[in-house]
Amino acid sequence: MDFQPTEEQRDLRAGVRDLLEGRYGREALRASVDSGPAVDRGLWRELGAAGFFALRIPESEGGVGLGLPEAAVVFEEAGRALVPGPLVATHLAAGVVPGAAAGTAVVTAFDLGGDLVAYLAEADAVLGADGLPDGEPVRAADPLTPLHRVRRRGGAAAPGDGPAQGSAYVSEGALLTAALQVGSALRTVELAVRYAGEREQFGQPIGAFQAVKHSCAQMLVRAEVARTAVYAAAVTGEPGEVAAAKLLADEAAVRGARDCLQVYGGMGFTWEADVHLHLKRAWVRAEQWRTAAEAEELLAAELLDSAELPDPAG
Amino acid sequence: MDLTYTAEERDFRARLREWLAKTLPELPARPSPDDWPGRRAYDLGWQRRLYEAGYAGLHWPVDAGGRGATPTQHLIFLEETERAGAPYVGANFVGLLHAGPTIAAEGTAGQRARWLPPVLRGDEVWCQGFSEPDAGSDLASLRTRAVRDGDHYVITGSKIWTSHAEVADWCELLVRTQPVSAEVPKHRGISWLAMPMDAPGVTVRPLRTLAGSTEFAEVFLDEVRVPVANRVGAENDGWRVTMVTLSFERGTAFVGEVVACRRTLGGLARTAKANGRWDDPVLRRRLGRLYGEFGALWRLTQWNVSESERSGGVPGIGGSVFKLAYSHARQELYDVAAEVLGAASLSLDEEWTLERLSSLSYTIAAGTSQIQRNIVAERILGLPKGR
Ligand SMILES: Cc1cc2nc3c(=O)[nH]c(=O)nc-3n(C[C@H](O)[C@H](O)[C@H](O)COP(=O)(O)OP(=O)(O)OC[C@H]3O[C@@H](n4cnc5c(N)ncnc54)[C@H](O)[C@@H]3O)c2cc1C
Repeated sequence: MDFQPTEEQRDLRAGVRDLLEGRYGREALRASVDSGPAVDRGLWRELGAAGFFALRIPESEGGVGLGLPEAAVVFEEAGRALVPGPLVATHLAAGVVPGAAAGTAVVTAFDLGGDLVAYLAEADAVLGADGLPDGEPVRAADPLTPLHRVRRRGGAAAPGDGPAQGSAYVSEGALLTAALQVGSALRTVELAVRYAGEREQFGQPIGAFQAVKHSCAQMLVRAEVARTAVYAAAVTGEPGEVAAAKLLADEAAVRGARDCLQVYGGMGFTWEADVHLHLKRAWVRAEQWRTAAEAEELLAAELLDSAELPDPAG
Repeated sequence: MDLTYTAEERDFRARLREWLAKTLPELPARPSPDDWPGRRAYDLGWQRRLYEAGYAGLHWPVDAGGRGATPTQHLIFLEETERAGAPYVGANFVGLLHAGPTIAAEGTAGQRARWLPPVLRGDEVWCQGFSEPDAGSDLASLRTRAVRDGDHYVITGSKIWTSHAEVADWCELLVRTQPVSAEVPKHRGISWLAMPMDAPGVTVRPLRTLAGSTEFAEVFLDEVRVPVANRVGAENDGWRVTMVTLSFERGTAFVGEVVACRRTLGGLARTAKANGRWDDPVLRRRLGRLYGEFGALWRLTQWNVSESERSGGVPGIGGSVFKLAYSHARQELYDVAAEVLGAASLSLDEEWTLERLSSLSYTIAAGTSQIQRNIVAERILGLPKGR
């Protein structure tokens, strides 16, 4: 057993971080918030060229030939940088939808419950569906996740229980989304720690106040537990571990952004600070692929199954 | 990131399982929680069996009498013994997990030869005399004085919360050998001594815990004479000597317990299914969440063990992250257990009720949650120290 990143996995992370810092740093992020578009086709193609979408396609078929653990590392970095767009759906579509692997196509999915679909106007295809459904734009809470409301058509399944749900995609989609959440959670710890070290009140950095310090420590604890759960789920691929990873990562990201906002004080409530972007995206991801309620029910069912079996050690 | 075990590790696990299956049925009945001499004998008896089978001090270095096993093998050992329902380290805790490793790391050859073999063989019990009435979280402010008199220290003061003091042969004692002054900050001037518990002047007064038993005690020291030769490490260097091994306590001390908690969750699910509480979605979801959390805590353990394997066996600071997450999850577990039991949770005849009571100490003992958060914030995140 050696449950630590390999040299190659570390290099991969460093490479993706460099790429995203150069190509989608803070200025690019804020530019897309202010003026769009939500999905930058140029960036999408660059991600495709870097192997982001074809990462798990075998080399013999023109892909990078890596596995889920590497994908988790890469998606963690994308979550950290808040790269917008249907990254997970397009990654899952690689090798299935033409152009997805190369990043020349933008593929979204019916990964939200209810009748909302993200990135419909930007997408060339919906994973697992024939053609693009019609939809009415909705004012979206996350400025970089445009939403459409899709009407049920003649008895067709609603998006919430559409083809992408209940399929083999759900587990991988949930896992990669969890990886995005972990990246965002760890980033909000960094933001909070940096701010707490610089901002002074009562003649000292606010990070010297225990209420602030302990909040940061809890953010890290949640993020680290979630990160380990995501890596383990990426290695084993077991449905229960994936559900746990999604559950813990959603919580780490959402609560991390909330705590970060509190550390920022009034600045945290501004449009200008990036904290709300992390929070709003974390809210979106928490609704994607597998919600907390679904994950907990899945885990409960698995617990009961395991409890009714004889002890495997026996 | 590899979660598979090597052929060697699998072989180690298989042999251990075989030995446990053969040995556990031969064990005597467990003594009652109040029978301290019985508990001592039981815990030492188990240690003796481990010793005879070559499992004692598994992860200790070979030159300290250990087996030099890798952290992963140690993890497998803790996992398998727990799964098989083997006894806990119990009274051997301090000897095996703290005083022993401290002596192994910092002691002279003579000190190792004197104290380590009896710990490994299950002959002697150690306790930890660190905390004092006025020095808990702020351990370095301890005041128990040791004054040199020829080749002895004469020690006066008192210790508190000393687990297993009633049945211990030795105490790893922190004493002040130099008074705090403008030149001597509180972290200096502390020394680490091995004190025989039967020395004249040592009085042990058991303290009753909220669980009703006497798990710990007050220890009064009235001009106790301890040979200078019993000092491990240099005089006034005891703080460093102690910190070297405190991380051991937080590193792997809870591995078996995480396995045990997962088994408890299975029991909770079965009970809830049988008494109908399972149909309550709120409770069911809480159980599902805990199942996920303990799964993740197990993975975090493997992560930390792999990390220490790469760093040559030194447990990392990640132990504080683990302890914070685990101690709170454990308390939540037994709160949920009470919800599964309903009013029956008010009965001490329920095993989970006693566990619920003892879980309350987890956010206090071995560094409170607040202190762990300080450690995480200051040493991992680099936030400034408070005034
Ligand atoms: C079951 C059990 C077994 C134990 N066994 C042993 C043993 O064998 N040997 C031994 O030496 N000790 C032992 N202890 C003692 C244990 O290490 C101490 O209880 C612990 O370190 C806390 O010290 P205290 O009890 O004096 O609490 P205090 O330090 O007085 O703390 C009281 C409260 O104040 C908070 N607090 C204190 N300082 C700070 C700070 N800087 N920032 C924020 N909050 C703070 C604490 O978190 C806590 O909530 C045991 C304790 C328990 C419960």
